[in-house]
Amino acid sequence: MSDASTTSSGGFPNPLAWLGRGTLGLLSEIGRISIFSGRTGLAAFSPPWNLTQLWKQIVAIGFYSLPVVGLSAVFIGAALALNIYTGGNRFGAEQFVPNIVVLGITRELGATITGLMLAGRVTAGIAAEIGAMKVTEQIDALKTLSANPFRYLYAPRFLAAALTLPILVLVADIIGVMGGWLVSVYALDFDSTTYIRNTVDFLTMEDVSVGLIKAVIFGMVIALMGCYQGSKSSAGATGVGRAATLSMVGAAVLVLAANYVLSTFFVQIGI
Amino acid sequence: MTKPLLELIGVEKSFGPNHVLRGVDIDVAPGRSLVILGGSGSGKSVMLKNALGLMTPDAGKIVFDGEDVTHDQGKEREAMRARVGMLFQSGALFDSLTVWENVAFRLLNADKMKRSDAKDQAIETLKKVRLGASVADLRPAEISGGMQKRVALARAIITKPDLIFFDEPTTGLDPITADAINDLIIEQVKALGAAAVSITHDMASARKVADEIAMLYEGKIIWRGPASEIDHSGNDHVDQFVHGRADGPIQPAL
Repeated sequence: MSDASTTSSGGFPNPLAWLGRGTLGLLSEIGRISIFSGRTGLAAFSPPWNLTQLWKQIVAIGFYSLPVVGLSAVFIGAALALNIYTGGNRFGAEQFVPNIVVLGITRELGATITGLMLAGRVTAGIAAEIGAMKVTEQIDALKTLSANPFRYLYAPRFLAAALTLPILVLVADIIGVMGGWLVSVYALDFDSTTYIRNTVDFLTMEDVSVGLIKAVIFGMVIALMGCYQGSKSSAGATGVGRAATLSMVGAAVLVLAANYVLSTFFVQIGI
Repeated sequence: MTKPLLELIGVEKSFGPNHVLRGVDIDVAPGRSLVILGGSGSGKSVMLKNALGLMTPDAGKIVFDGEDVTHDQGKEREAMRARVGMLFQSGALFDSLTVWENVAFRLLNADKMKRSDAKDQAIETLKKVRLGASVADLRPAEISGGMQKRVALARAIITKPDLIFFDEPTTGLDPITADAINDLIIEQVKALGAAAVSITHDMASARKVADEIAMLYEGKIIWRGPASEIDHSGNDHVDQFVHGRADGPIQPAL
């Protein structure tokens, strides 16, 4: 049976009703995420802190992400060097490979690739873990044992991601530049010493800082999306799976959107 | 007559068009064990979550030890929960913690007890539910379902609460293990002198642990009486439920 309010007289979906319901749904979701983020932020930036949980999450989010971040960075750096070489070759600008690799990695790709990889590895993991806790009543159990889930579960993940992402991005920057160096020296016949000197000469603290500041924001987004989707996971394996998928997609899109907004901001202020 | 420790007065709760609780009135006094029967989907768990403050009723009052706690938050809510234990249907043990850390969770987190002291107390409490110190350092996934229920019971009683809720305490257990859990519940509730509220559809468990039995049907308590009178309730709904018949006024939840 069709709902009269959402179908036109011919039985086709009423586009205005569809649009209205979609808009209301979107606004409600933004409201819920904002309230959730506010409560998580409040728990994260006010004592008492659960240092045991924070340390566990720093290890889980930061330390165990090192291999995936390192591997992604080396390949991105290598591919970037090859493409810049090929493109630069068209107008005799091959010598700028080290400069553009270090600029691209530190300002943009190091942070973005780390953010996207962690949106997959960490956000989905957090959502699945918290979703499973929710459907097995562990979150209710926490509350009955006088533990606030915002302090015990969400704030440590939020802080751990915000603290470790900059370190991971720094690692990605170093390994990404190394990837470019490897390809340039061993495949493109660049002189190793000249490549390194050009890289160091061109590198500025501002470029590195831009990537690190982005990383803090990406870390917050990654943890919040995982915690939020997990906390509203519906019952059963399907519900937990859906929460993991939604969290990963949401975090990836938000990382890219935040990257654009932050890049615009840094350009505006001249960094 | 003893003053009730917990009272639910006219409690209503709906989820959209689904009116789960339609005015529940129930109370339990210290030292008494009340079992609430009801079919699947009758609202037993929702009632329990309202009583615990995990949900807020749409209407009605929750009174704990004479205080209206219906809308309590923060420290007031924590003060109530510090006097309440809860055994969840699934056990709800934390996978990432060891058995003893689960049992001592409140001591470690809310009471800030030293880990060595908390572990000693957890092991003592595990002994009360017939579990040896050897399980203390295992993870919940490494022990059987019956043992998990005992660990969950140990977690519920470690702080010597005044009121303990049991949500389907014997679900998923074989009859012998279920009976052992029932014995432990009776033993520990008596030892603590606590009030107990159990929700179940396991008649054997209800008969064993209850001083009083009430029946929840279509969001209301339709019968309440001493456990000894459950077979002579004079209520068709209760009679059908007690004898497990498909025919009768209650439609099977298919």
